[in-house]
Amino acid sequence: MATPTIKSPAFAQFLLRMGDNPLILGHRISEWCGHAPVLEEDIALANTALDMIGQTRMWLGLAAEVQGDGKSADDLAFLRDAWEFRNLLLVEVPNGDFGRTLMRQFLFDAWHAIQLGRLMKSADERVAAIAEKASKEVAYHLERSADTVVGLGDGTEESHRRMQEALDYLWPYVGEMFQSDDVDAEMVTAGIAPDPASLRVEYDALISRILTEATLTIPQSSFAHKGGRTGAMHTEHLGHLLTQMQWLQRAYPGATW
Amino acid sequence: MRQVTTQPSTTRIWEWLDAVPDPEIPVISLVDLGIIRDVAWEGETLVVTVTPTYSGCPATSVINMDIETALRDRGIEDLKLKTQISPAWTTDWLSEKGRTKLEDYGIAPPQPAGGPEKCPHCGSPHVTKVSQFGSTPCKAHWRCQNCLEPFDYFKCI
Repeated sequence: MATPTIKSPAFAQFLLRMGDNPLILGHRISEWCGHAPVLEEDIALANTALDMIGQTRMWLGLAAEVQGDGKSADDLAFLRDAWEFRNLLLVEVPNGDFGRTLMRQFLFDAWHAIQLGRLMKSADERVAAIAEKASKEVAYHLERSADTVVGLGDGTEESHRRMQEALDYLWPYVGEMFQSDDVDAEMVTAGIAPDPASLRVEYDALISRILTEATLTIPQSSFAHKGGRTGAMHTEHLGHLLTQMQWLQRAYPGATW
Repeated sequence: MRQVTTQPSTTRIWEWLDAVPDPEIPVISLVDLGIIRDVAWEGETLVVTVTPTYSGCPATSVINMDIETALRDRGIEDLKLKTQISPAWTTDWLSEKGRTKLEDYGIAPPQPAGGPEKCPHCGSPHVTKVSQFGSTPCKAHWRCQNCLEPFDYFKCI
């Protein structure tokens, strides 16, 4: 398969979007390390975070290569400020309780699995290769987060209430996954990535099946917060997250070990 | 360190790599793990192609260092390590020898059914999953209902 020589800023933007999602979510769930309700869950979240940081390294590595301005994946992760991030707002909202963390993971994993499945057929073979690698890990993440959402949703009165509250809180952040802009149009034309809107039917079918099994009700509202993947407006939470994630490189620029 | 005067055959190099242990599960070699995808001479340069197991596995950089050390100790001076992510690593690439060694070590080898066939300690088929994740990215945590011992299961991917 030939690699198109697309060097457009749109391609770099697309790659930042792919890399910033697992970076920010990976960081968020790593915040549970040492704090999860039971040891097995602690290990599971840390392992999931590890996979996501690994995926980030591949996506941001390619983003840096495409940008071609001498930056590395580390530079992109640790030296950009909030407005330069291109992640979905969903992944930057605070963890909340364990139930909300797992509900967010499920809502993201479901989209991520479908998106990576499409990207495995990308006209850019580097994108297809990363997607192939990541999709195996994400299939595993999805299996676990879906199982946990069903277990807690269809669990005790207390866990059910918390999971419904989590879904109600997170639902307005789901719509942003399916919004398209000029960057996406360019990726579709180049055969690099699918139109985000085209993933919605499959996504809705998947989450309806799981959330029904979890005895949870999907909110009616189609209102969607947006601005994360375009960088137009992040939530106030991203800046706070970056102060933790980027602290070392900000305090000791260029530090290595 | 010995200086190599004639190029060792790739068969010989595969044998050398088969003596390099996995840093996290030292009973199996890097060749057993199925992560060495190719060994080839490109002129004077030996090119070893390696594929990562999990994208975030911290052992990846240690593995690359171990390969380099092992081959340099054998006198290979001109060495290039290439990372290849596609086709993605699968547990189907574990060698038969590797699977046996894993089990002897107390780690249940991967099964297409998605769970261990039997307890690696007592051989009982009555096993339950404790967690889908375990002590390293490649393992899950299980327990035997017969001998009651916990054990690692090498995830099938």
